[in-house]
Amino acid sequence: MAIRTHLAAAAALAVLAGGAQADMKIGMITTLSGGGASLGIDTRDGFMLAVEQAGRDDVEVVIDDDQRKPDVAVQIADRMIQSEKVDVLTGIVWSNLAMAVVPSANAQGLVYVSTNAAPAQLAGAGCSPDYFSVSYQNDNLHEAAGAYAAGAGFDNMFIMAPNYPAGQDSLNGFKRFYDGGLAGEVYTELGQTDYAAEIAQIRASGADGVFFFLPGGMGISFLKQYADSGVDLPVVGPAFSFDQAILQAVGDAALEVKNTSTWSKDLDNAANAAFVAAFEEAYGRLPSIYAAQGYDTANLLLSATQKADVSDKAAFRAALAEADFDSVRGKFSFASNNHPVQDIYVREVIKEGDIYTNKIVSTAMTDRDNAYMQECRM
Amino acid sequence: MSPILIAEQVLNGLQSGVMLFLMAAGLTLIFGVMGLINLAHGSLYMVGAFAAAAVAAATGSFLLALAAAMAAAAGAGALVELVVIRRLYDRDHLDQVLATFALILIFSEGTRWLFGSFPLYLDIPDWLSGPVTLPGGIQYPLYRLALIGIGLSVAAGLWLLIAHTRIGIRIRAGENDREMIAALGVDISRLYTMIFALGAALAGLAGALVGSIQSVQVGMGEPVLILAFVVIVIGGIGSIRGALIGALLVGLTDTLGGVFLPELFKLIADPASATATGSALASMSIYILMAAVLVWRPTGLFGAAT
Repeated sequence: MAIRTHLAAAAALAVLAGGAQADMKIGMITTLSGGGASLGIDTRDGFMLAVEQAGRDDVEVVIDDDQRKPDVAVQIADRMIQSEKVDVLTGIVWSNLAMAVVPSANAQGLVYVSTNAAPAQLAGAGCSPDYFSVSYQNDNLHEAAGAYAAGAGFDNMFIMAPNYPAGQDSLNGFKRFYDGGLAGEVYTELGQTDYAAEIAQIRASGADGVFFFLPGGMGISFLKQYADSGVDLPVVGPAFSFDQAILQAVGDAALEVKNTSTWSKDLDNAANAAFVAAFEEAYGRLPSIYAAQGYDTANLLLSATQKADVSDKAAFRAALAEADFDSVRGKFSFASNNHPVQDIYVREVIKEGDIYTNKIVSTAMTDRDNAYMQECRM
Repeated sequence: MSPILIAEQVLNGLQSGVMLFLMAAGLTLIFGVMGLINLAHGSLYMVGAFAAAAVAAATGSFLLALAAAMAAAAGAGALVELVVIRRLYDRDHLDQVLATFALILIFSEGTRWLFGSFPLYLDIPDWLSGPVTLPGGIQYPLYRLALIGIGLSVAAGLWLLIAHTRIGIRIRAGENDREMIAALGVDISRLYTMIFALGAALAGLAGALVGSIQSVQVGMGEPVLILAFVVIVIGGIGSIRGALIGALLVGLTDTLGGVFLPELFKLIADPASATATGSALASMSIYILMAAVLVWRPTGLFGAAT
């Protein structure tokens, strides 16, 4: 709360001062209301924590709520670009919203730095020198889950994801590194809340493990129902169903589940320890992966402004590409298509006192880039 | 596909059907008696789930949580009827849709203001958790069996209420001719408030029961609301019997379609595209069902012919 007040005060001062132009104006479009709000709120809070820590009064952030609707996101982007004259856009959580906003923002000459969504289209043929993803490429966590499943000796997995582009990317990503057999491959409805039918199929399939990608509330529903069904096959998934906000709603049903992530709160480096402590102090809760990605994105942008002026676009892009900031993920660099090269870990859900959280148990992939660099020409 | 799997899927369909019935019963009563399209019915479902989660966290008792869910939703329903809905009975449906849509936004942001944006924890009690073995060797979660039982008991209770009590007679009279029962000296506004609270309590109960195995979060009511509208259109607006049959049809179609359509497509296509096509078609199946019913009977299965 203190941070927001402070920023509002800073913004008001900037307006009162009239001519005092911010050197960089960042437009953040993210989901702050509706079902997906917890993801956007964490993104914003992580981002603003970094801005606050930097104490830079020449950086201004304008934030607006996309309500998880592509048309709203496009309207906000147009307004931020045309009337608020932002220099950089960021913050979108969902891939379908990113596809609606990013290409047109890039075409209007704006740099877009992604805190989360990174669909395959923007990494391959649709890549742009003005587009950077600080989070990952969408397939990455699923690829790591496939690599983990293959390494852990699973041989007959049941795999499941919602029937939309990111869901199809998920199962394809998993299969890219998993070489065992498939007991079943199921696409569920997006937003589905009852998984009794799928659980019955898992029970009948003779699988030796289950991989699922069900972000947000879908994952909560599935895990609770799965735990109550009496099917006790091991479960593997990407971090999206196991972030800090969701785990508390799932409870015991998530314990011991393995999930893959680029970040964890127990990741052992100084920047991360400082981030986790500062986030807890500022907001009274543990950070999630979305908060960590927001924090890294802000620090990347701040690092670039120290090397180049945002109005000199070529120099600013080059400064971004250097990725000269202390990532909470430890080592971090950009691949040739402006997506991260980073390690991806296997985490296990544990209980610390009353709080459900994750701890790292192994590394699934080292220096993973992405599968689309060949298709990207820029 | 083994008979055990098919039997389990039929139970799943029944379970999802009876929970839909709890939502649809209130919706169809309100539409049938008062002629009101209440888009905010899904918000009452959410209110029930949040009240249950709050009370369960405070007391640890599941039964108290269910009671709180019904009380909170009924209270919210009655309040909304007195303050807002009452002014809408004489307006056309567009005004009603606009006003009740505004209520959705108010309820959603109000809930976020009270409880925050993060999903709440609500779990099933120990004495209802875990699977039981049914005759024929089917392993089925006890809680879902309990949901089927509760849903069918509520259906029986509603039938008794409407067919055999004085209040039921007034409700039926209200459906047939509003002006007439008002002229006969029945306090129509009290009757309306009561029906509204009853429908809200059923929605709240459904929210709490389903919230225990799903995710208690802001906006959880709207997907269910759409299904509930499909149910009352199929069943015939205003008919409780239609709501029950419609809900079971929708529950079974939705569940069985999602399982069997992809299998069916695998006979004629490769597995990956069969899964994608089958799943896509399965998510359309209830709407295809609705269209087919409307072609056959334009007022729904049990709707009064106009």
